Order: sequence, then C-alpha cells, then structure tokens
Amino acid sequence: MNRLHVVRASGLYLVLCLVSALMLLPFAWVVFGAFKTQGEFTANPGGWLPESFANLQNFVVLFTEEGFGGFLVNSIIVSAVTVLANVLFCSMAGYALAKLPFRGRSLLMGCVLVAMTVPYVALFVPQFLIIVQLGLVNTLAGIIAPMLVMPLGVFIMRQFALSIPDELLEAARIDGAGEFGIFFRIFLPLLGPAIATVSIFTFLASWNFFLWPLVVAQTEDVFTLPVGLAIASQQANTTAYGLLLAGAIVVLLPVLILFLFLQRYFIQGIATAGLK
Amino acid sequence: MALETSSAGVAAVSRPLRWASSRRLTPGPTGVAWLFVTPFLVIFAVFTAVPAVMAVTLTMTDIGVADLRDPLGVNFVFLDNFQAVLTAPAFLRSALNTVIYVGIGVPVTMAIGFLLALALDSGIRRARPVFRAVIYLPVIANVVAAAIVWQYAFTLNGPINSFLADRGIAGPNWLGTPTTAMIVVLLLTIWRTTGTCMVLFLAGLQAVPEEVHEAASLDGAGYWRRVFQMTLPLLRPTTLLVTVLMSVMFLNIFDEPFLLTEGGPLGSTKSVAQWVYEQFGFGNISNAMTGSIVLLLGVLIVCVVQLRVLRPKQ
Repeated sequence: MNRLHVVRASGLYLVLCLVSALMLLPFAWVVFGAFKTQGEFTANPGGWLPESFANLQNFVVLFTEEGFGGFLVNSIIVSAVTVLANVLFCSMAGYALAKLPFRGRSLLMGCVLVAMTVPYVALFVPQFLIIVQLGLVNTLAGIIAPMLVMPLGVFIMRQFALSIPDELLEAARIDGAGEFGIFFRIFLPLLGPAIATVSIFTFLASWNFFLWPLVVAQTEDVFTLPVGLAIASQQANTTAYGLLLAGAIVVLLPVLILFLFLQRYFIQGIATAGLK
Repeated sequence: MALETSSAGVAAVSRPLRWASSRRLTPGPTGVAWLFVTPFLVIFAVFTAVPAVMAVTLTMTDIGVADLRDPLGVNFVFLDNFQAVLTAPAFLRSALNTVIYVGIGVPVTMAIGFLLALALDSGIRRARPVFRAVIYLPVIANVVAAAIVWQYAFTLNGPINSFLADRGIAGPNWLGTPTTAMIVVLLLTIWRTTGTCMVLFLAGLQAVPEEVHEAASLDGAGYWRRVFQMTLPLLRPTTLLVTVLMSVMFLNIFDEPFLLTEGGPLGSTKSVAQWVYEQFGFGNISNAMTGSIVLLLGVLIVCVVQLRVLRPKQ
C-alpha cells in the first residue's frame, strides 16, 4: 500500500516537472536568444545557449536606435496612471456599492456586471469613434481613458468591502464622522489586501494591453512597449530575433519580478474574478 | 503596515469633536454614494454604454471613415450590413476559424487545466506553490513577447525543427502551412490560458470537503471513478464558470493569430476579431461594427446555452 503511494507520488512529481519544463521553455528561449548576436543566429539557427551572457549589444541597440526608451516611459506612465486611478475610483465605487444604501444601487451593480462581461472586441470600434470626438487620438490620455475605472476592480473592492463589519462604520457615524472621513480614515486603511489585488491586476491589464493601444497610438512617440515591440517584429526582417527577444525581456521583466514577490495577489485576483 | 494604519483609523473614531465640524460640509449618505460612484459612472457611460448604443445603431448605417468628422451625415441601410457581412467569404472563413479555435481550444485547455489541478490537489504538499506559480506564469506573460518567442521557435531552422531534425524528422514549415499554423496558434493560446483554468479548478477542488473524499475511498471506489462520479459533479459551478470564461476568451481571440501569423497564410488562421480589426483599418466602419455585433451575438448564444446545460441542479 505504502509502496504504491510512493510510486504514485513520484509519477505525479514527474508529470508536474515535465509540464513545468514545457511552460518554462519559451522563457528560456527568450533569455538565451536575447544575448545572441545576429551572427550566432545565422551560424546556428537551432542552437540554444548564447556564446556569452555578457553580450548586451541587443539591449544597447534597442534603447539607442529602436526607441525602446520612449516606449518604456510611455508604458510606465500608462500603467502608473491606470493603477492609481483604479485604486482610488474602484475603492470609492466599491465602498458605495457595498456600504451605502441608495436608490439605484442594484442598477449600478448591474452596470458593473455588464461592463465586466461585454467582450472588448465588440466595443473598440465605437470607443475609437468617441476618442476621435474627444480629440484624444494618438495620445497617452486616449490609451488610458477607458481603463481609468475597470469594472473588475470595482467588483473586487465591493466584494472585499462587504466583509468589513457595518458596526465599525456605524460607530464612526454615531461619533459624528463625515462620510468622507469614514471612507478615507476607516475604510481605506482596512482595504490593504484588496488594494494590492486591484493594483496588481490593473497593472497587469494596462502593461499587457495590446489591441487598444495599437488602435489609438499612431506615431512612435505614443507607442507603449507591446505596440512598439509588435510593430518592430512586423517591420524587422524575420531574422532579427536577437533584438526582438531582447525587447521581449524588457516587456516581460517588470511583470515577472512583481510576480516573484506578490504571487499571492496575482492568483487572488483570478480567484476573486471567479467568485462572480 | 496596513495593520498599523488601520488601528490608527479605529483610534480616530474616538475623536468625535474634530469630525463633527466636517459633517455639515459633506452631503448625506445618498449624495456621497452618488459622488463616490461618479468616476465609474462617467467611464462606464462614455466607454461602455454609449459605445454599445453606437454599435447597435451604426451597424444599421453606411458609416465609413469619411463620416468621422460628420457622424450625422450617414445613411440608414438597416440590415443590409448583416447581409453583406454574413455572405462575405472572408468573414465566413474567419468565423469558421474562430469556431475551430473554440471547439479545440476550450476543451483541451480545460482538460489540461483540470488534470493539473487534480495533480496539485492530490496530496502533494511539497513544491505545490512552485508548480502552481510556474504553470500560471504564461498567463501573465505579455502576449507580444510570447508570440515573438513562438515565432522564433517555430521558424524553418529554429529550435523546434532542429530538435526534430536531430531525431531524423523533417519538421514542417510550421507558420507557412495553414494546418500547422493553426496548430501553433492553438498551442500558444493553450499555453497562455491553461494556468487560469488550473487556478480556478484548484480553488474549486480545495472547497470540496475532505470527508467527501474519505467517504468515497472507504466505499472502495477507484480513483478515476471517484473523480467522475464525485468530484466532477461537485465541481459543477466551477466547471460552468471556467467553460463560460474560456469560451468568451477563445471566441474573442485576436492577439495570438494576429501576432504569430497576421492571420495567414491566406487567411487560414484569421479570427473574427482580426477581421473586424482589418475592416476598421480599411475604413469600413459599418462592416467592422456589424462583424463585432455578430461576434457579440455568438458570445451571448454560447453563454446562454452553457448556462442552461451546465446550470447546477437544484
């Protein structure tokens, strides 16, 4: 019986290790390829390891000639504004939806759920027409605007707010605290984990968003990293993989570093989204 | 840190005097509630509600890129656009491709995700977080970066084909042949979505009480019989959620084929979403919107059917 158990467990570990290796393989290729020279790719197109991990030539070219410095700055601006706006606005809306009784609350909750479920592809064309009317085509503001208050963020904040006891807020109200005071001084400080979850998920969404920035940004000075990288990959002759893979590292690295330290919140975001 | 500030927040409750004055300046709960939801409401109205209304109305017009400056100058053609789109061979091809993506991608991703969740839930304590993190990693990886690696890996003389060549197999021109191109697109998409399925199924599995498993194993039921007769029925709500989520995701597939193959060769991997994107790029705005409405209807129908079929039994 016990031996059977050991056999089964080692079989499981073997399968899981194999799957993990397959999942990690593309990342390994990114890392290996980013340090290869064009000559290495031509000489040995199927090879794996680069001659030297100290060859930073690809990164230098990326930032000095291909404009990735600008793309990186744009991406950072877009993500920073998106995260800050969402943390504030989503927690405000989530608080109202969970803790303040008012007429039209369930209707609003319906709006949140609808906005969460409408597929993005169905909306980007009319959204672009609106951006045209607002004069925001080819601006970072145009890229950011639709992401300012993400419905999933409102939903996560509301779910979390529901778990905060009413008595706490009621006590403050009886003590004569104003609604803003209650929100900023009592509610918001209790919201730590939800804020972390929403920050991570909105950062991920804005950092990785591709279709909308691709539509809105039309000149290089407005490109975000994914757009810049995609355009580079479509323009470059198909063999410039060293450069492209170095670009891939620039896009992947911030997310991977965050994931390494804050894994819990990444997965919590998915799980909470699953609760709806 | 959160704890520290929260205790400060609670301490502040016992200082009523300072807050009493601010009360008169702020509106009552209802006014504040509306104030708090205003940012969401504005963004929802401008970027969801109005676009939805526009999409439905403008599909019935002949709006083109020339009408952007003067949106009121369009003509109403009612359902002509639907007829035109639904009989366009390129659209039908992209619809067929999308059906193939959904038909193969959703069951395969869900099966792999479920089996991995099962493996992670079956008593291995050690290294579980590591496996979970590694399998989840592709979900958070940027799709543009991922597509570049896959493109590189599947080039004619790239790592995959030289791996095959070492074993005496002549690898195909993966991205240049319609069938294999679609397989590569599916592989990339499955790689990117399995982690989501796994995490959701794992959360579902961990919610199944331990006693249920014990009772079943005391009954002497074999492992797989227990999975099919106990675990899967108990997981019905999770399965429903994952099915809907994955179907919507695969129906809206755009990034992977667009980045890997640009929809080629000869439109053999082009999705409906990419068809919409291209029509939009050509300035055929009414066509683009009609295509996206057709896609939206497809999503709705699939969701409703799945909700009916997989609804938890009372």
